[in-house]
Amino acid sequence: MQYFQKDIETMSKDQKKVLQSERLVKMVKYVYENQKPYRAKMDAIKLKPDDIKSIDDIYKLPYTVKQDLRDAYPFGMMARPKKDLVRLHASSATTGKLTVAGYTMNDIDVWGECAARCLVMAGGDEESIVHVAYGYGLFTGGLGMHYGAEKLGAVVVPASAGNTQKQIQLITDFGADIICCTPSYIIYLAEEFEKLGLKPGVDIKLKGGIFGAEAWSEGMREDIEKRLGIRACDIYGLSEIAGPGVACDCQYKTGMHFQDDHFYPEIVDVDTLEPLPYGESGELVITTLTKEGMPLLRYRTRDIASLNDDPCPCGRTSVKLNKITGRSDDMLIIRGVNVFPSQIESVLLKNSDIQPHYHINVDRVNNLDTMEIVVELSPSISVDEVAHVEEIRRKLAADMASALSVSAKITLVSPGTVARSEGKAKRITDRRKL
Amino acid sequence: MIKQIAVFLENEAGKASACCKVLKDAGVNLYALSIADTKEFGIMRIITEDNAAALSALKSAGYLCSEVDLVGVEVPDRAGALSDLLIALGKGGISVEYMYSYAGVDGHAKIAFKTAMPEKAILILNEIGAKVI
Repeated sequence: MQYFQKDIETMSKDQKKVLQSERLVKMVKYVYENQKPYRAKMDAIKLKPDDIKSIDDIYKLPYTVKQDLRDAYPFGMMARPKKDLVRLHASSATTGKLTVAGYTMNDIDVWGECAARCLVMAGGDEESIVHVAYGYGLFTGGLGMHYGAEKLGAVVVPASAGNTQKQIQLITDFGADIICCTPSYIIYLAEEFEKLGLKPGVDIKLKGGIFGAEAWSEGMREDIEKRLGIRACDIYGLSEIAGPGVACDCQYKTGMHFQDDHFYPEIVDVDTLEPLPYGESGELVITTLTKEGMPLLRYRTRDIASLNDDPCPCGRTSVKLNKITGRSDDMLIIRGVNVFPSQIESVLLKNSDIQPHYHINVDRVNNLDTMEIVVELSPSISVDEVAHVEEIRRKLAADMASALSVSAKITLVSPGTVARSEGKAKRITDRRKL
Repeated sequence: MIKQIAVFLENEAGKASACCKVLKDAGVNLYALSIADTKEFGIMRIITEDNAAALSALKSAGYLCSEVDLVGVEVPDRAGALSDLLIALGKGGISVEYMYSYAGVDGHAKIAFKTAMPEKAILILNEIGAKVI
């Protein structure tokens, strides 16, 4: 199987532009009529829906930032009443509040189609057994690839995350040929296969994998492909737009094919917000062209990347997203989970045994992300009993795990130990080598 | 009762040494020292000749420390003496958080221990004729 939706995926550039223009014009009218925050934003700059006549007018539209979603928490950005929505997903926002996205049945269908296209790019077809080892839940990874595999007509194994021994049993016994998980987890699995003497091509039938939700390098790709003898594809997505499936690598790895019939990408200068040409690096901005539940105009993803429009030997004509190289905010991605330092700060502020001076050390040990939070004890606590100090550490670790949805090692230090900085504090040391 | 100073130490090479140097520079003489260590941190417990000077020197050097009361008792120089003391305390319902031994300037062995009920512990020790410090 070469394509999931050949007509769209190989559409000529001119046809694509006509389609994008039609969809954008309709979308802008729709958001103006159905989303109060957009009506206010457009009225403020005296922009009428009629001013948007083609995709070339997209630059006239106002930007959307995460704060807009937070201000509208939980349902203020929804364009449809509850009876039309069928699903909510959510991810961490900066201050503990979640960023919520609502989907209609049609949105889920479109997302599934996009994810199905990606599974084909990774080598899947309707005969495939797709092993999904992303977490299922509010996080979009698991359900996104699950619906994609069903759209494709493949057999999906909803393994979800964790319990590696069980995962290995399922992968070997069922003979999965496509796997979806984080890049660090597939490397961990590869090591476990080696330890157990399970041979790729013999005991392990995998031929392709979709790996996303955290940053990874070309070096990691080569390592995964060599060790497992598979095609390793990077995938991009974010819950605000649609989970995994917004863009994905094909076998030629010329950049991730952006599903630009549904999601229109731009790259803008981080400081001036001026649109940048193909090839130049800046912040990725996405406009949804077909979404019903929660359409977004020019959503600033905070991901730093570039686009390229070079022809791809696979025949797909979409614009391509080069690897994400960083963030324009201080968000960390730890084992696929978004973590903002401000979330850590809000947990620390609630605890009187410690002072809110902290430093975050991030590393990757045995291919798994680790996070250490170094935090100062309060000068007023009594330190003579080990059990008391241990209890402070244990409670903080538990509160942190519940607030961040990912565990962190807590290291307690004396007051005044964490470096104070003038101006913008440097609170994060990321030693991960990607 | 005995005043003890507890100092929180990060698990790094040279931490105990640096702490002792602060006491040396302040001219503080140590009577007893005990270190409780965990994988993540250590707690150094000391009994000094001049706690006020020790506390002020440690605090100004940035150490997290606190002064706590311990029960001190002299232990007769014979086999089983410590056991007898602890059995009596146990019978009286006294639980010991931690303890350590030290030799006073008079050369007699002593123990210092932390308990949530120091007054009751002292009462029991007095009853069995132990020499409480």
